[in-house]
Amino acid sequence: MNLENPARPPCNIVVAGLGGQGVLTATDIIAEVALLAGFDVKKSAIKGMSQRGGSVACDVRFGSHILSPMVPAGEADFLLALEPAQIEPNRHFLRPGGLTIEPSVIDADKLPQKKMLNVALLGALSAHLPLAEPAWLEAIASAFAPKFFEANRQAFLLGRASQNKND
Amino acid sequence: MDDGTSLLLSGDEAMALAGWHAGVALGAGYPGTPSTEILENFARLGGRAQWSPNEKVALEVAIGAAFGGARALAAMKHVGLNVASDPLFTVAYTGVAGALVIVSADDPGMHSSQNEQDNRRYAVAAAVPMLEPSDSQEAYDFMRAAIEISERWKIPVLLRATTRVCHSYSVVRPRAGRDTPRTTHFVRDLKSRVMVPGNARPAHRALRQKLAEMSAWNEDCSLNRVVPGGKALGIITSGISFMHAREAAPEASVLKLGFTHPLPLRKIAQFAAGVQSCVVIEEGDPYLADAIRAAGIPTGAKPEMFRFGELDVARVRRILRADTSPEPVPPPGKPPQLCDACSYRVVFESLRRQNCIVAGDIGCYTLGALKPFEAMDSCVCMGASIGIGLGLRHVLPPDQACRVVSVIGDSTFVHSGISGLVEMAYNPPPGGHVVIILDNSTTAMTGHQEHPATGRNLSHEPAARLVLEDLARSCGIRRVQVIEPRSGSDAFDHALAEALKSRQLAVLIARRPCVLIARQLKEYEQRESEPPRQCHEPGEPCPAAV
Repeated sequence: MNLENPARPPCNIVVAGLGGQGVLTATDIIAEVALLAGFDVKKSAIKGMSQRGGSVACDVRFGSHILSPMVPAGEADFLLALEPAQIEPNRHFLRPGGLTIEPSVIDADKLPQKKMLNVALLGALSAHLPLAEPAWLEAIASAFAPKFFEANRQAFLLGRASQNKND
Repeated sequence: MDDGTSLLLSGDEAMALAGWHAGVALGAGYPGTPSTEILENFARLGGRAQWSPNEKVALEVAIGAAFGGARALAAMKHVGLNVASDPLFTVAYTGVAGALVIVSADDPGMHSSQNEQDNRRYAVAAAVPMLEPSDSQEAYDFMRAAIEISERWKIPVLLRATTRVCHSYSVVRPRAGRDTPRTTHFVRDLKSRVMVPGNARPAHRALRQKLAEMSAWNEDCSLNRVVPGGKALGIITSGISFMHAREAAPEASVLKLGFTHPLPLRKIAQFAAGVQSCVVIEEGDPYLADAIRAAGIPTGAKPEMFRFGELDVARVRRILRADTSPEPVPPPGKPPQLCDACSYRVVFESLRRQNCIVAGDIGCYTLGALKPFEAMDSCVCMGASIGIGLGLRHVLPPDQACRVVSVIGDSTFVHSGISGLVEMAYNPPPGGHVVIILDNSTTAMTGHQEHPATGRNLSHEPAARLVLEDLARSCGIRRVQVIEPRSGSDAFDHALAEALKSRQLAVLIARRPCVLIARQLKEYEQRESEPPRQCHEPGEPCPAAV
C-alpha cells in the first residue's frame, strides 16, 4: 500500500462492536499510530447512546490528505469487528476485496485477558498496514495503564501472528 | 503563526483549546451531545468552566461576564439554544463590552437528540453573526476568530458546529502563545444594556447597522475561500459538507463559506458567475440555497430528500448526479438498552405492570420507551414530562387520568422540571398527579456530568447540593417519598400504587446512583475526606496547563 502518493485514496478502516467493548480505544490507537507514521489522519466517533450496549462503529482514515472524516460506504479497506453480530450491519462499508477481521481469527484461549480482544484484533489488522510494530506498541503503551502493557503487548502479538500464518 | 506542534484533536477539544489560548475568562453550559466535551476540556486545560442548571442560565452568566469586559463562552447542543433563545435574541440588541461566543452543536441525523433542527436559522432570527467550522483546525481557528469578531463589533457570535465536526478528530496546529485575559471593569451604559422600549428601539437599528457593516467586511474575509478547480461545476458549501463535497467532486471549483451570517453575497455572485453550473451542498435546511436564490443568484440546490439526516460523500455524489432514487437502507444495528443492572428497570417494570400512561423526558431512561418495557408514552423536550402529564390529567376521562404519571431524571428535573412542579402545586388536577424523579446522582446520558443535585461541580469537586425532596416540599407538594429501587424488592411498586390511589399530588424520588459511576463516586468521596493537596503555590498557574 503506497499512501505517500497524493493521488492514492486513503486507507479506510471501520471498527465496529458494542458499547463497552473498546471500539473507541481501538480507533484511537490506529489513529495515533498513523499520526506517528507521519500520515494525515481523521477519525469519526459517534458517542452518546454507545455506553448503553448498543452498536458502535468508528471510522479511521489515513493517507497523504484526508477530507471527509467518514468512510464512504463501499470504500472501507478493512472492517475490524469486535463482535461477530456487528459484521452484517457494517459489511456495506467494505469495498470489493476489502478484508473483514473478526474475533474468530484470535485464539481466545491464548488471550491474556478476555477484554484485550480489541488489542489482539489491532495486532491482526497491523499485519496488513504500512505502519511499523514499534509505533503500535508505543500507542498501546500510552492508551492503557502501565501495569496492563505486557498483557496488551502479548495480545497484540498474538493477533499479529494470526495473520502472518495465513499469508 | 503556529508553534510547530501538531495535535490530533476533536472539534470540541479544539474549541476548548482555542478558548483557553484566547484567555476566555469563563465558560458556561449544560451537558448535551455533541457539545459536552468543550467545557470539560476547557476546565482540564485550566479554564474556569461550569455546568449551569440549564442553557438559559449558562448563557445569562456568560452575558454577565461579557458585560464585565471579559471574553466569555457558552456551549450547548442545538436544542439547548432553544432554552437559551430568550437571552440570545436580546443580547444581540444590548451587545457586549468584552466578547461572547455561543457554541451551538447541532446533531443532523439525530445520533443522540430528539430532533435535527438547523440552528443556522437562529443566526438569522436573532441577527447575530455566525461562523461554521468544517474540521478541528477550523474549530480552533474559528473560535479565535469568533472572539475577535465579537470584540470588534461588540456583538455575540454564534459558532455553529455539527456532530461530525465536534466528534471527529483531525490534526490541529494551534497559534503560538496565549492571550492575556482582558482586564474586567464595569462601565455603566444604561442606554445599551437596559432593554426597555425606549432603549431597545434604537438598539435594534444599531444592531442592523452592525450587521450591514459586517456584511461588507465579510466580502473580503479570509474565513471564506475559493478552492480553484474546473469551470464546469462550482460548489458553494460550508461546515462538514465542504469535506464531503471536496471528496465527491475533486475536479469542481468550491466556494467554502466559513462566515455564514451575514453572507458575503457579492463574493457568492462572483463565484457563481465564473462557473458553468453552480450548486449548493449543505446539510439540513436549505439555508444557504434559499438566501442565495433570494438574492437573485441562480444556483442549484439539493433535492428535498437530502434535508433529512447527515450528508456523506455518497449522498453528495447523489446530489451532484441529481439522483433521487431510493437510498439503500443500512441494516439495523443493535439498539441501546438500559444497563442490565440499571435500577430504573425496576421503575419501568412497575409502570408497565400498573398500566400507567407515562409522560416521559430526556435521558438514558427514555430507553424505557423501548422493548421490553415500552413504558413511556411521550418524550418531547427537556422538562416537558411534568407539564404534559398535568395537561393529560386535566382533560382525560377519570379512568385514564388516574393512571397518568410524569417520569423525569434528576439532571433534567433541575434543568427545567422545577417550574413544572410549581405549576403542579399551583394548578393541581382534580385527581392529583404523580411525578417520579429518577435520581441516579449524575447526568448519565451525556457521559456522567455533575449537576446541582449531585453536590459536585463540573470538575467533580464539592459544591452546594440541591436537595430534591426539600425543594418538592417547598413547592407545596405534601406527599414526597424517597425510595431506593432494588430488584427483588416491591417497595417502589407499592409506593407507586399508593401514590396513584391517594389522588394527591405526589413526588416519588427513585434514588440509587448510576451503576456505571459506582467507582468514581467512591473516588470523589475519598477525595472529599482527604485534606486538600497542592502541587503548586496558590495564585500560580497550574504547571500542567502551561
